[in-house]
Amino acid sequence: MSVLLEAKNCRKSFRGLQAVKDFSASIEEGGIYGLIGTNGAGKTTVINMLSGVLVPTGGQIIYGGTDITGWKPDRVAKAGILRTYQNLRLFGKMTALENVVIGAQMHRGYSFLDGLLHTGRFSENESKYYDRARLMLREMEIDSYENARADSLPYGSQRRLEIARILAAGPRLILLDEPAAGMNPQESADLVAAIRRTQKEFNLTVLLIEHDMKVIMSLCEYIYVMASGEVIASGTPEEIRSDPKVIAAYLGRQANA
Amino acid sequence: MNKTYRITDCSLFRLIVFVIVPLIILIRCAMQPTSYITGIVITMGIYIVLAASLNLINGFSGMFSMGHAAFMAIGAYIAAFFTLAPQVKENMTPGLPAWLINLQIPLAPALLIGGAAAALVALIVGFPVVRTKGHYLSVVTLALIVVVRAVIDNQGDITHGSRGLTGLPAKSTILSVYIAVVVTLFVLYRITHSDYGRGLIAMRDDPVAAQTLGINLVKKKISCFAISAFFAGIGGGLWGHYLTTISASNFYFSKSFDIVEMSIIGGMFSLSGSIPGAMFYTIVPEFLAPLESGFNLGGIRLPTMFGLSNIIMAVLLIVLIIFRGQGIMGTSEIILDTWFSKDTYLAPFRKEEYQRLAGVFRKKSS
Repeated sequence: MSVLLEAKNCRKSFRGLQAVKDFSASIEEGGIYGLIGTNGAGKTTVINMLSGVLVPTGGQIIYGGTDITGWKPDRVAKAGILRTYQNLRLFGKMTALENVVIGAQMHRGYSFLDGLLHTGRFSENESKYYDRARLMLREMEIDSYENARADSLPYGSQRRLEIARILAAGPRLILLDEPAAGMNPQESADLVAAIRRTQKEFNLTVLLIEHDMKVIMSLCEYIYVMASGEVIASGTPEEIRSDPKVIAAYLGRQANA
Repeated sequence: MNKTYRITDCSLFRLIVFVIVPLIILIRCAMQPTSYITGIVITMGIYIVLAASLNLINGFSGMFSMGHAAFMAIGAYIAAFFTLAPQVKENMTPGLPAWLINLQIPLAPALLIGGAAAALVALIVGFPVVRTKGHYLSVVTLALIVVVRAVIDNQGDITHGSRGLTGLPAKSTILSVYIAVVVTLFVLYRITHSDYGRGLIAMRDDPVAAQTLGINLVKKKISCFAISAFFAGIGGGLWGHYLTTISASNFYFSKSFDIVEMSIIGGMFSLSGSIPGAMFYTIVPEFLAPLESGFNLGGIRLPTMFGLSNIIMAVLLIVLIIFRGQGIMGTSEIILDTWFSKDTYLAPFRKEEYQRLAGVFRKKSS
């Protein structure tokens, strides 16, 4: 398999605070990767850098052979890297369907003028957007909420809606920031199944941050562990589980409990 | 067919209220072009154009611009340069290039040129303006009004300075103004109902999420600013050709605030809101104006009070904001949905529409 995304010694500091001291990772096409670590380890900052929301203070991000360091988020998104947010960022006043349509229309199929004159290209692409959006709602099993306001959905469904929204944009790499946060065990198990299914179906590469070790261990093929801004270990779930550094820094509490 | 219909769901009802009645009023006004009421109706139409274009930016894009008067001024002056008679321009605006002095064209193309000029200015100033956010953006757009006024007042050769331009042809009639109203609303309606418009709303609701879904915020903000300015320029041109005498003082802060106020009253999240907003803003003061010259209240003769109608308008605005923060229309587009839907105009030829309307009334009486 070929390397899709490579982070080389990425750093990010906010004034005095070094949120990420050194992050290097190599993500191969088609894999499901996990990023774990204690609170404040810099996981979300890493996702922010990879998606272009934050510009790294140093280091390089190579995506599909191109250096995308410092690209604006919209350009990164159009290149195929899409992300969700730890604290949901849905368009609350829109319906669930409209939220997903925003994703579906990322690769615009008609021009401004087509929209004014309602040409054939306009109606053709509009129905394409909506069909795709409906398909993604079905994929994430939330199609019953199609016409409900996004912020009226149950919490777990809102998380699914965020995933549906980025799937509609036709991504190659998706970055999921704690997709199972706030879910009960049954819900997270369902979510794991849904992520695995869509990953296969759309041939996606996935990088996810998660605190729920069940989700991480059952889903990920390879895991990066961060502590205070640095990658302290990486490997397969089995390797991570038995890594003394990881146990000391992160898993320790659970192992004792 | 268990769905219960409200009267506002009936195409026939909507056709009558939003199309036929307004048309009758407009035709009556057009037959009496010099009457006082016609003047009010023309003003209302111009305000609809202005408020609707302001809604695009303030309501849909999430930027809050107060600079509409600046774009109105640009549109009005540029359009006037093209419609004024050559001999007038020779005296008033000798600084214009010779070809322009000798050129006189009809209102419609002049308005388009005026709008395009306003849009061009918006594109240029857009880059620094959209870097600011929230209140800062509002203040920067206010500054734009000051700049435009300073330019107009000081470029006497071209603009006739603070004396202003006189003798604009009175071409803002019911017909021309309301054609502009329909065209403006149609274009804005189509824009907000396309991927571009959905993107605008997404940007307003959550700019960060919108950006990571591939929306280029800078491009979107500047283009929206320019589209809004284009129609503000057209509105300004119409206003100029209604007043026939314009100076920079016609396009100062108070004009911007007027437009912002009617946009808020009507509901800035809805293009349809520009219509009740403009109606409210033009009609209510007409009823309040007589009060200023003193009136009887319970046997007591109240003295003349200038500015009373402004105070009452302000109180009404506050009451409206408290009890209906989203304005009269909220987010409903019922008026424009009616105008620009084929179903509305086919309704009289459909039997089920009559049945539906009858059904609504039967339910009401039972």
